[in-house]
This record gives sequence, C-alpha cells and structure tokens, in this order.
Amino acid sequence: MIHSLFLVNASGDIFLEKHWKSVVSRSVCDYFFEAQERATEPENVPPVIPTPHHYLISVLRHRIFFVAVIQSEVPPLFVIEFLHRVVDTFQDYFGVCTEAAIKDNVVVVYELLEEMLDNGFPLATESNILKELIKPPTILRTMVNTITGSTNVGEQLPTGQLSVVPWRRTGVKYTNNEAYFDVVEEIDAIIDKSGSTITAEIQGVIDACVKLTGMPDLTLSFMNPRLLDDVSFHPCVRFKRWEAERILSFIPPDGNFRLLSYHVSSQNLVAIPVYVKHNITFREGSSQGRFDLTLGPKQTMGKAVEAVLVSSQLPRGVLNANLNASQGTYTFDPVTKMLSWDVGKINPQKLPSLKGTMSLQAGASKPDENPTINIQLKIQQMAISGLKVNRLDMYGEKYKPFKGIKYMTKAGKFQVRT
Amino acid sequence: MQEWANHLCENRQFGSKMTDSKYFTTTKKGEIFELKAELNSDKKEKKKEAVKKVIASMTVGKDVSALFPDVVNCMQTDNLELKKLVYLYLMNYAKSQPDMAIMAVNTFVKDCEDPNPLIRALAVRTMGCIRVDKITEYLCEPLRKCLKDEDPYVRKTAAVCVAKLHDINAQLVEDQGFLDTLKDLISDSNPMVVANAVAALSEIAESHPNSNLMDLNPQTINKLLTALNECTEWGQIFILDCLANYTPRDDRESQSICERVTPRLSHANSAVVLSAVKVLMKFMEMLPKDLDYYGTLLKKLAPPLVTLLSAEPELQYVALRNINLIVQRRPEILKHEMKVFFVKYNDPIYVKLEKLDIMIRLASQANIAQVLAELKEYATEVDVDFVRKAVRAIGRCAIKVEQSAERCVSTLLDLIQTKVNYVVQEAIVVIKDIFRKYPNKYESVIATLCENLDSLDEPEARAAMIWIVGEYAERIDNADELLESFLEGFHDESTQVQLQLLTAIVKLFLKKPTETQELVQQVLSLATQDSDNPDLRDRGYIYWRLLSTDPVAAKEVVLAEKPLISEETDLIEPTLLEELICHIGTLASVYHKPPSAFVEGSRGVQHKRLPGSAGSGESESPDAGSAGGVSEAPPAVIPSQGDLLGDLLNLDLTPPTATGPPPPSSGMQMGAMDLLGGGLDSLMGDESEPPHIPPRTHTPQSPQLPHQSPSPPDYSPTELGGDLGGSPAMGSGFGGPPAAMPASFSAPVSGGLDDLFDLGGGVGMPMGAYSPPKTIWLPAMKAKGLEILGTFARRAGVIQMEMTLTNKAMSVMSDFAIQFNRNSFGLAPAGPLQVLTPLSPNQSIEVALPLNTVGPIMKMEPLNNLQVAVKNNIDVFYFSCQYPISMLFVEDGTMDRQVFLATWKDIPNDNEAQFQIKDCHLNSDAASNKLQGSNIFTIAKRTVEGQDMLYQSIKLTNGIWVLAELKVQAGNPNFMVSLKCRAPEVSQCVFQSYEAVLKN
Repeated sequence: MIHSLFLVNASGDIFLEKHWKSVVSRSVCDYFFEAQERATEPENVPPVIPTPHHYLISVLRHRIFFVAVIQSEVPPLFVIEFLHRVVDTFQDYFGVCTEAAIKDNVVVVYELLEEMLDNGFPLATESNILKELIKPPTILRTMVNTITGSTNVGEQLPTGQLSVVPWRRTGVKYTNNEAYFDVVEEIDAIIDKSGSTITAEIQGVIDACVKLTGMPDLTLSFMNPRLLDDVSFHPCVRFKRWEAERILSFIPPDGNFRLLSYHVSSQNLVAIPVYVKHNITFREGSSQGRFDLTLGPKQTMGKAVEAVLVSSQLPRGVLNANLNASQGTYTFDPVTKMLSWDVGKINPQKLPSLKGTMSLQAGASKPDENPTINIQLKIQQMAISGLKVNRLDMYGEKYKPFKGIKYMTKAGKFQVRT
Repeated sequence: MQEWANHLCENRQFGSKMTDSKYFTTTKKGEIFELKAELNSDKKEKKKEAVKKVIASMTVGKDVSALFPDVVNCMQTDNLELKKLVYLYLMNYAKSQPDMAIMAVNTFVKDCEDPNPLIRALAVRTMGCIRVDKITEYLCEPLRKCLKDEDPYVRKTAAVCVAKLHDINAQLVEDQGFLDTLKDLISDSNPMVVANAVAALSEIAESHPNSNLMDLNPQTINKLLTALNECTEWGQIFILDCLANYTPRDDRESQSICERVTPRLSHANSAVVLSAVKVLMKFMEMLPKDLDYYGTLLKKLAPPLVTLLSAEPELQYVALRNINLIVQRRPEILKHEMKVFFVKYNDPIYVKLEKLDIMIRLASQANIAQVLAELKEYATEVDVDFVRKAVRAIGRCAIKVEQSAERCVSTLLDLIQTKVNYVVQEAIVVIKDIFRKYPNKYESVIATLCENLDSLDEPEARAAMIWIVGEYAERIDNADELLESFLEGFHDESTQVQLQLLTAIVKLFLKKPTETQELVQQVLSLATQDSDNPDLRDRGYIYWRLLSTDPVAAKEVVLAEKPLISEETDLIEPTLLEELICHIGTLASVYHKPPSAFVEGSRGVQHKRLPGSAGSGESESPDAGSAGGVSEAPPAVIPSQGDLLGDLLNLDLTPPTATGPPPPSSGMQMGAMDLLGGGLDSLMGDESEPPHIPPRTHTPQSPQLPHQSPSPPDYSPTELGGDLGGSPAMGSGFGGPPAAMPASFSAPVSGGLDDLFDLGGGVGMPMGAYSPPKTIWLPAMKAKGLEILGTFARRAGVIQMEMTLTNKAMSVMSDFAIQFNRNSFGLAPAGPLQVLTPLSPNQSIEVALPLNTVGPIMKMEPLNNLQVAVKNNIDVFYFSCQYPISMLFVEDGTMDRQVFLATWKDIPNDNEAQFQIKDCHLNSDAASNKLQGSNIFTIAKRTVEGQDMLYQSIKLTNGIWVLAELKVQAGNPNFMVSLKCRAPEVSQCVFQSYEAVLKN
C-alpha cells in the first residue's frame, strides 16, 4: 500500500513528507527529480516512475507534485485516485491548495493525512467524515481555540463511518431546506482545417449542493435519460433503480457533492457551439506571416456564447504579432510564443475578429508546424447534449424543500487545427 | 480575569497571523531546549502548543527525537487532540528509541479498554504503527480483544493492525492465531470490516505466496459480493482484486459473479472501475461465446473504459496502458471507439504516445483513412519524440492494413518532402519495413529516397537506406557509388550500419559481379581485418568463405527470398498477455511485465492464468497467437534442415572428413565440393584474377569459426533470417573443410582465429567421476519458464544424463516426460524421467536419467548431437545438446596387443587422422592414467629418442574400435594424437574427448 508521501513544489524542493510505515529516505525523490529534469514541461513528468526499491506515483495539481512512494504491487490508479482525493480535501479545508496554505496549516495537514490513511490503507476519505474528525480551520476557530484551549479535533466517534450511509452524518438540521443541482457539460472537440469535426464528445457532471434536514430520500428523473449510457455515480445512488427505471434515487450527502458524471461519446452527434474561420499563412522567403481569425456562433439554441478566450501556440520562428482585435484584448508572449485573445461575448450581428501580421526571424525558413487554436467558452442555461431534468422529488421528510436546477456548457479541450 | 488577560498576551506573542506557519519560525539556537521546557510546562495549553511545534519540526524533516521522553510524558491526557499529536510523534520516532517506546505500552493497553470506541480504535491503530520488535508481544492481548470488539469501527481498525504486526513479526502473528481470526472476519456482518480483513489478508498473502490464506470458496465469494455493495470505494477495490483471484467452478457461477460486479463499472472511482474490468475480463473467459450475456457484457465494458480517458492525465496514462492490453486480448470491445484515442495537442507526452499505440492496434480497413489523416497531422507537431512515433505508426498501419499500404507510402513520401530531418529519417526506416512486407510493389519511390541520402545521420536510418540500396541494387544505376560513399567512413559508423553495409555490398556484388569486385574485397577486408567487432568479423568471414567456396550457394543464400515480416511485431506474447490480463490495474499492467519481473516486495507472486472455458481458452485469439509466435523466437531450438542459426552453431563441431572419403550420409557436402571447382570462375568471369585455391589438405590449425553467437545482438532475428538464411545449402557449404580461399586472405583468417580455436573445440568432457559443469540446454525464456541445465556422465558403466530442472515460471510444473530423437549412437532413456513431485515456482530439481544405447539410429550432424524433447503440463519443448563421446567408451575397451597391431595395419592410411593437443603439461604416465579413467586404455608404450609413444585402444558402445597413438615428448607441452578407425567420422569427436580429458 502507500508507504510515504512527499510534496514537491515547482522549484523542486520537498516541503512536506509523511510516512505511514517505516521512514523512506527523501533521497528516493532523486529519481523523481531526474524524471522532472528530463521532461520539458512539468506536465510531462511520467506519473509512474520505477526506482530500484520503490515505485513513485505522482500527480501534479496546482503546481505541486504529490509523490507517493510504494514498495509492493499496488494498483496505481488506487494511488492516483487517493492523491487526487488528498488534494481535493486540502482544497476543501483551506480554500486553496498551495504551498503556503499547506505550510500555514501543517498540523491540520498532518492530522488529515493520518486520518486518511492507516498503514497505507485508506481510512476516511469522505469529506463529511473528515470534517467531523478534524474541523476545518477558520480564522475565528483558530482564534477561539487559542483562547479557550479547545481543539480542532472532534470528540465524537464519526458516526457516519459506521452507518449504511457513510456519506451522511446524522442529525443534520437546517432552517432553510434547499437542494440545488448544477448540470455542467464540457465539450471536447477536435475540428480540422476545413472546419469539419474530427471528434467531439461531452463530459458532463451534475454537482449538487444539498442542505436538507434529517434523512431525505431524493429521486431525480430526466426528460431524456437515454443520453446517459455511460455514467459514474456517487456511491449514494441506488444502481438497481437506475438500471430498471432510469431514475436517480439516493440519500444525499450533506453539502456539496458530485452526484454523477457522464460521458456522451463521439458516436452520438454532438452540437458544436462555435465555428472559427482562420487563415494563418507564412510565405517562403518572406519574414512576414498573415494572421486572420473570425469567430461565430453555431449550434447554440439561441443562447449567448460568453467568456470566450482564444489561445494559440504560434510557431517558434514567430518573433512578434501585430494584430488588430475587433473586440476584446489580445496578448502575445514572445518568449512562450503564446497568443491569447480575450474575446468576451460573441455578438452574432458583429462577429469578433483578430487580424494582422506576424513577423518572423529574418532569414528563418517557413515554420513547419501549424498552430492549433484552443477555445474556451461558456454558455449559460443550456446543456449542449440536450440533457434536461424532469423532476426532483423528496421522500422521508415532511418539510417542503426549495429546489433549483442550473445548466451550463463550457468548452473543455476544444481545439481547432489550422 | 487575570488568566484571560494572560491568554490575550500570549496570543499577541504569536503574532497577528493565526496559522500554523508560526511553528516553522522556531529555527533559532537552543530550540530543542526551549521546546523541552515548554513540554514540561504545567500549563496544558503551553504543552499542546509545544507538541504542535515538535510535530511541525518533524514534518519538515528536522530531528526532534531527543524530545522523546518529554513528548511521551504528555501522552496520558484526556485531550484527544494532544493524544493524537503524541501518537503521531510516537509512530515516527519509536523505531529510533525502542527502549523509550516501552514506556508507551501501558498507555496503549489502557486506551484499548477505553469506553469510547474512537479511543480504542486510535490506540490499536497507533500501536501497530510502532515498529519496534520488542514491544510487539505486549500488544498481542489488546489486539486480540480489539479484533473481537463489539464496535465494528474497532474491529476494522484491528484487522489492519494484524497486517501491520505481520510486517514487523510474521511468526508472532501466526503463533498467536491472528490469521485465523482475520479469516473469520471475512464473514463479519459489517461490510467495512470485511473489506479491511480482505485488504489485510491480501497484503499478508503477498509475502506468503503459497500459504493459501485467501481460501476462496463459493460461500466466501458470496460474502465478498454482498460486502462489495456496501463498503467504501477503497474496500471495493480490495474486494474486487481479491475476487479476481478466484476461479469459478463453471460458467454459471462465472456469469452470476459478473452480473454482481458489473454495477461497479459505473463507479466514480476509476480504480474501482478498472478492478471491476479486471474481474470481468478474467471471468468472461469462462463464458460460452454464444451466450447472450457474453455479448451484453462486451458492450458494457466499452463506456467505462472510454470514460477513464476523460479523467486527469495521470489516470488516463494508467488507463491507456491497460486498454492497450485489453485491445490486444479483445479488440472487439473498443473497435468503434477509435476517436477517443485521437491526440489533443496539449495532452502530456506520455498520454500522447500511449494513445498513438492504441490507435495502431485499433486500425482496420474501416477506419484507416481517418487514422492516417490524424497521423499525418501529428507528424507536423513540435514534439520530436511524438512526431517520430507518429511516422513509425504510419509504417505500422501500412504493414497491418494491406489495403492502406499505398496510401501510407504516399503519406510518407509527402512527409519526406517536408525535408524535416528527423521526419525523413523515420520515414526511411519505416519504408524499409514496408518493402519487406510488400516486395516489388513500391520500389518506384527509391529514387526519392536516394535524394535524401546525404541528410541521414542516424544509424538506424542509414542502415535502412543501405539495406534498400543493397536489396534493390539491380534497379539503382549508381548503387555502387552510393555504397562506396558510405564505405569511406566505415570505421566511424555504428555496428548496425557496418553490418548492413557489408551485407548490402555482398548483395550488390552477387547482382553485378563484374563492376563491384573491388568494392566487395574492400568491404570484406575492412570487416575482417580492421574491425574489432566479433559480429562484424564473423559475418565478414561467412560471406568471404561463402563467396570463395561456392558463389552459387552464396547467391542462393544471400539473395534468398526473405520471409515477409510479421504483421505486428509488437504484440505481447500470448501467455504473457494472459497473465497481464489477470493483473489489470496493477503495476504489472503499467509496465507490461509479469509482476515477478520487477516488484521487489513480491517474494514469488502467484502466476496467474486466465481460466479456460470448454475448449476455447487458448485458441480464442488465433491472430494474436500466430503473430506473437513470429515475433518471439520459437521455443523449439532444434535446428531444422533450413535453419541457418542451427547450422551455424554446429559448424565448429563438424568433424573434418577431408582425408577420408566423405561418409555417405553427408551427401550435401559432396555437392558442395563439386560446385567448388568452377563456381567461382563462372561468377567472376574471365576478367577476374583466377583465385588461388590451396590444396584441400587437412591441417590441425584449420581455421574454425569462432564459436560466437551467429546473431549479432543488435540485429533483429527477422532481418538476419532475411539476409542470410533460408537456404539449406548454407550449412553444407560450410560443412566442408575451410579451404579455397584466395591465398592473400588465408593468413589473417587462420591467424585471427587460432586463439579462438579452443572455443570451437567442443564441450567439456567428463573423466572418470568427473563430469563437465552443467551448461544451459534450454533457457527459461524459450520454454515458458522451464530451464534445463545439464551434462552427461558415465558412472559405473552407466551413461547418465544429469539435469537440473528449474521452474522459473509462476505456476507449478508437473507431468514431466522426456524423449530423444534418433541419434548417431542410438542413445535412449533407459527409464522415465523421475520427477515425482510437481515443481513449484523457483524450485529446482536434480534428475539423473540413465541412458542406454539400444534406441533407433540416425546419423547426426555433428555426430554427437542429441535432440531432446521435454514435456510438462504446459507444453513440449525442444532443444539439442552434444554429449562427449567419451561417455560411450566402454570398460572392456582393452585390445589385445597383437590384434591392435594387425588392426592398425589393416585400417587404410586414409582413415588416419592426426591432431595436436596443445599446452598439456602432463608426463606420459599421468596422461595414460587420466585417459584410463575415461576408458581409453594404454596397451603399449614405447620410447624413441625421448619421445613416449602410447598405443591406446577405445571401444565404443556400438562396437567400433578406435586405435590411437599418442606422442608425448618430455618438455614439450604439445602432444600429437593419431587416430585410426574404420569409421573415420568419429575421429574428430574422439579427439575432442582426448583433449577434454587431458586438460581437465
């Protein structure tokens, strides 16, 4: 199981270590640093690194490497999932997961890691349970603790850990009972030069914020459940009911949680929300290149496309770009050759465009690579797959909760080749 | 009021920042001293702050172990947080302060009785983490209580504690019966307890591969499946991994398990999903394929695998490595999902490379157009490694999907036009492979390739280009110029290029002998005389002899039709694949190696095999099987008639038959000799200088080829086969005595090889009780893990084959049997192979197999070659070995003096063979004694002018008599042996025995 954990910051220093079994010397991380050096970008460090006596499995989040050391055969996904869970927990506790935040809360971090893993076996990873065991630090609580001598550590046995619904604590009470669900879809697509779709798929999630008193039992049904043929549920969802009736039936955890995530595969027809007209050319022998880009809305069901951000890694030979944006602002970083254009909202009447010239190094030959254009965007009140919630019902409790459903579409890895 | 004010002041002291970072600021001198004072403070609050500071220092790696007694003193407190902090400290430093740690024992024992289950669990958890051998025995009683605690939270914590304790002191855990208690917990009513018990048992089982700790039967399986639904995600992983080790009794049980596991595919935790995939992939093997459920299951597997690819890149990587295995085993699952493997430009490089690999595996006629378009796109990306792999992928597509070959070639040509150096080089390497797969189809592109000759600077690309030039020399007008240009810097080239250049020029010579004679001589002398590389020299000599001995045969050999290269050379070998499928989701699956190959902690992992359904287990993927078979060297190492490798190996040991008439069985040698006369001339034509053919006399210093591996290590077997192999004429061409070499060449040849002569001398011989050291007859890698070392010995008149069988695989081997092919002296096993107990993994067994000589007879090449087949429960394996002929010398081999004299005269002088034994520092008596031990009997001794002449006789099991005259001169370490025998073929072998006996 998981032997040790090292946290490594962007400059390659180990700033925290935790051992669940015997102590493993930090020098084991030298193998990691070697791999880090070989990789051109931090993102390219391989997640599984063998060393003579151990295996290092790492994840990179918030520019911090979480490096787990294992000694025997352990499913690597298990380790990676756990590491992500650690990061999520830190984020949950401290708001951000940065080196500073971790150092500021080192004792809590240590207590958390101790609770999350016992001898390398996961112990308590549910946020609800952890929060019962170790209270998250707040300015107020820290103050109060210092003054009164009370502690962050809960005195009670985390009851949830033993019940059949370990994700929910008992005795929850709210004055305003409310349940909000956000359907968020990210569209991943590759569009080729000519504008036709090579592949497009949708990653969707339903995130919930449920603040309901007692032990509510919810059911959620969809207008078009057939879209959901590839789903991953929160453990609270009753799978049998879904299989039989295509209804989500569950006792929700208290607070924020991800009810389900789903995937609409490339075999379905996926609507593409924007189109891009582009003309990026370099001529042989000339030190100038043309850059011409226009965006327009496509299949958006009449909803506005907002927060559009276009970025592109221009060829290495490009020295500078002299462009003119019809709206928004653009920046070009001559070091990383990254062009980004903050477009904002697309007005269908007056399409945003970015035009101008790029200057090349004098005498350099025409660049070989074609830049890829990366697009981020947001569309409110629409799930691009067309998924719609039909109704939400509550059983088991008598009060009438306030219910709300929100839809949103975002671009995930949306790439246009030129 | 006063105290309240104090607190406020204290508060201000800590500064305005109310966070833990203040603990990091205490780096000044005397820090330990200060902490010590604070720890011993009366104030509870101050104590706690001090412990926090200590923990903070510990976290960042500072050594605060000196505070051990002070911290332990804080342990007896009601404050839960303080207790936890002290526990943290204890776990870290108990190991370095074992004596102090005993102080903590009492508190643990007390805490295990605490009314609060949280405290009980915490105590049992912590005490397991104190890795001090001395105190473990004090912990057994509290642990035993906690394992039977009424509270499941305590029980589940205690279950893990057993695993911890086992890690520290395995014997103690077994003696205390904790393992049985743990097994009982599998039937616990609480799913969490079950999951932890399974996890603990699995971890313990890993260090006891054969302990059968996890005794899985239908009842326990049912318990596990019930717990699976209710336990945490991590518990599900443990349970699923445990289920994967179970082998269902029949397909119905298999199906019912699959049905209960399938819902896990929809779990949000990817590790749960992959473990479920493992169970399903394994149990699916048992389902009949015509079952409806089988098809349903196949369909259900695709979506979760695709979903894994939308997760974080690290998860994607592991998922992709596993998908790579899954598509090899069951390509149908993902055949429609090609698009999800298309590469996004900002994927991390490790994800990109894996996706590419899977794209090729999924490529088929249906989707090849799309795939090629993508690959072409990738070839213009920035990352060099990725671009290279993309170009290679195009080549692999061409080889895999025949219909696409033309399109692939034109895509590659487009890429060559980009003139991007590394793209061009990769493209040329893959085009070579395409030529190998589709000969005489795309040669029109050669001209374009030749244009880029100058830009090639990587050995692999240069070698590929040279291969192309050599292979198609007749179509390239200036092939000789092109090759000559490479020759200038011959010694600066890498071995790969040198070898390829040598072969290419020989090919060129055979195709256009008139113009290129000088070139070939040049390259041969460069390769044989000026090179230190044995592989290169060997190959040079082979060609040289071949060309000079028998150019017609040379043509047949060198220009032989090459076997087409296999469709997929990169498939994982089927048995390994089967094993890896059983290890989906593990490190093994990430590295595509069996767990035994790399995990240090696994002291003998069980070798896992997929269960077979009725008659369909092995034969389910014929494609994978056959392709895998081509890529791997076939396990049989018996040289077939046309097998060059085998023939080359035998080369050294061929007895010289020059002086006598060739034995009737070696008709091929006759043929070779006949060809000798005019062959070369006919090839060289009149313009060539008539080669000097020395008389074919036998000399003791006959140049022998060094006994090197005939396959240079950096040279792929398929290519060697293609370049050299394929013709039976090859071996026989060499079978004759080395001769017919232009005079100018022969000096360096024999000179250079003399020192290697001993190597060629053959295997070591036993004398008397002496038996040569065992050599590897059958390497484990060729025999699915069975390794055979062996030797022969004659003990008390009985010939024995002594073998060490080692099981290097991970499954038990049993049912051993052995058989010999017909051989020269009718050797046959006198009884069955006595391996009575099954051979467990990593076990070795010594076997002595008595042999007799009444078996069927067939003359072997070389004479003492023995082909053996060994069977076990896994497969049948073949190997060949050579026995020392001295084994066949019988005890009653003393010939009467008179008979000896008469026989000596009677045997024609042509049958006499003379050998020299060098560097033997024995006097004649010692030599005689030594030889006697091996049944070589001295009948008479004569001394003439200080030279001892020993007359000796030998009788073979088949009644053949060998007469010998051994000349020993005092002070001269070189002995002369003259052998006379009616069957002169045995002389060489007998001589080898002489040498071996005398030198050992």
